[in-house]
Amino acid sequence: MTNALKSAMAGVAIIALVSPAMAQDDAKLIVNGEIELVTRTEAPAHLEGALREIRSGWTFRTAETQALQMDDFENPGMIFVDQAIDAFSTVDGTEGKSCSSCHESVEAFSGLFAQMPKVVDGKVVVLEDFINGHRATAMGAEPWKWSGIEMQSMVALIALQSRGMPMNVKIDGEAAPFWEQGKEMYYTRYGQLELSCANCHEDNYDNYIRADHLSQGQINGFPAYRLKQATLISRHNRFRGCIRDTRGETFAEGSDEFKALELYVASRGNGLSVEGPSVRN
Amino acid sequence: MTFTRREMLVLGLSAAGAALLPLRAVAAVEDNIAAFTGGAAVGEGGITLTAPEIAENGNTVPISVSAPGAVSIMILASGNPNPAVGTFNFGALMPKQEASTRIRLAGTQNLIAVAKMADGSFVQTSREVKVTIGGCGG
Amino acid sequence: MADAKPRVRVPKTASAGETITIKTLISHPMESGQRKDGDGNVIPRQIINRFTAEFNGELVIDVTMEPAISTNPYFEFDAVVPETGEFVFTWYDDNGEVYTAASPITVS
Repeated sequence: MTNALKSAMAGVAIIALVSPAMAQDDAKLIVNGEIELVTRTEAPAHLEGALREIRSGWTFRTAETQALQMDDFENPGMIFVDQAIDAFSTVDGTEGKSCSSCHESVEAFSGLFAQMPKVVDGKVVVLEDFINGHRATAMGAEPWKWSGIEMQSMVALIALQSRGMPMNVKIDGEAAPFWEQGKEMYYTRYGQLELSCANCHEDNYDNYIRADHLSQGQINGFPAYRLKQATLISRHNRFRGCIRDTRGETFAEGSDEFKALELYVASRGNGLSVEGPSVRN
Repeated sequence: MTFTRREMLVLGLSAAGAALLPLRAVAAVEDNIAAFTGGAAVGEGGITLTAPEIAENGNTVPISVSAPGAVSIMILASGNPNPAVGTFNFGALMPKQEASTRIRLAGTQNLIAVAKMADGSFVQTSREVKVTIGGCGG
Repeated sequence: MADAKPRVRVPKTASAGETITIKTLISHPMESGQRKDGDGNVIPRQIINRFTAEFNGELVIDVTMEPAISTNPYFEFDAVVPETGEFVFTWYDDNGEVYTAASPITVS
């Protein structure tokens, strides 16, 4: 056997080994047999061709993981939504109020998550800010830890109210400078490994890093129930994880930098359905 | 430094002991099976174990097991620090002796299911589950 | 533990002798006893070690659980419903606490 033939065969064998999980890439995400979520769509114009098609993180997972999100009972993230429903009507803080004292029902939040983050009074506001802000001023209650389960359960409950709606984050007007800041961060190389978000999630999505199937890094599915931590993970927690994986010093959850990054990254998914809470690895 | 013969023996046995670790895991699985069967012979057939070929994350692996006519089914994970996973005991109100759950697997390994049948006999099956190490965030 | 919250999915009605599928979930960390904290100390084991389902007092399934069962333990199994009655689900924690959930079902 000639050397050329041998290396060609080896090449084919390697490619075959590398694509085990392609079979479910055409699968549709239909929840409870009725709610169809958009997991693949045309990339928003502002990406200027950097991506042709945008894809939810759901499309990169194995069939077993995908199945967990297709039924609200199978979805382990929903136990935390249940807890948030209870918390919504639980009195907390010096004012003797619960969320429901002012917000009659959580359904009133329909559409909010699809637009988050937004700019209010010249600052980027993310959902955790709204929640803690209300707890402080209206309820006189202690702030919840950003990535603690009370906070993320509530974020998941509110995300659920927009489930199925297309992400629609505003990037112009007041939001423009923050969007630019987030975009610059996205393309900046961080850490000892000198990796930018784009290096993996734009240049190499769908490839494998070790045995991990790289996604586009979209955040329409957050908070995500990660099988690894068996709990709900926030967007900022994931940003921290990614930067830490480049062996760099990361920004803090709730920092201005991460809020700008969240605004930019959320806008990369404009058009994908809100999935919260999703199930990921 | 000179060792006494006793010291040499101890040193030698410790080295051998380290090499015995994989055997220790096998022994643990065999102990679990022996405790379940009371030492009876274990046959094959009539029991199905369903698990993904590649588990996306070892922390939460969906599995199901079925053995028509079984009284109970024991699951073992041969590569876990402690192989015991759980035992399903079926009551009369179950039309199928079948159940699903989610388990933790420490690494690529053989998952084993042993069923005790209504007539007192035992059958077993096993399945390899690959557990991957992720790249970033995995 | 205060926030071990059970969720069960049982149909509300069935015909006599019909087979139904039951799904159960409970939020619980299932601390295996294998993990160490930041200071290197082993985090003590605390798991749910047993789950049972009964119908009108008769045992449907009894599961012995070890630390290898995932966090937020999930079980799915079928049951035959002979008559109107109630399913009772019980989870037993290592620390002695017992969590329960009940689901009535009407047979038409």
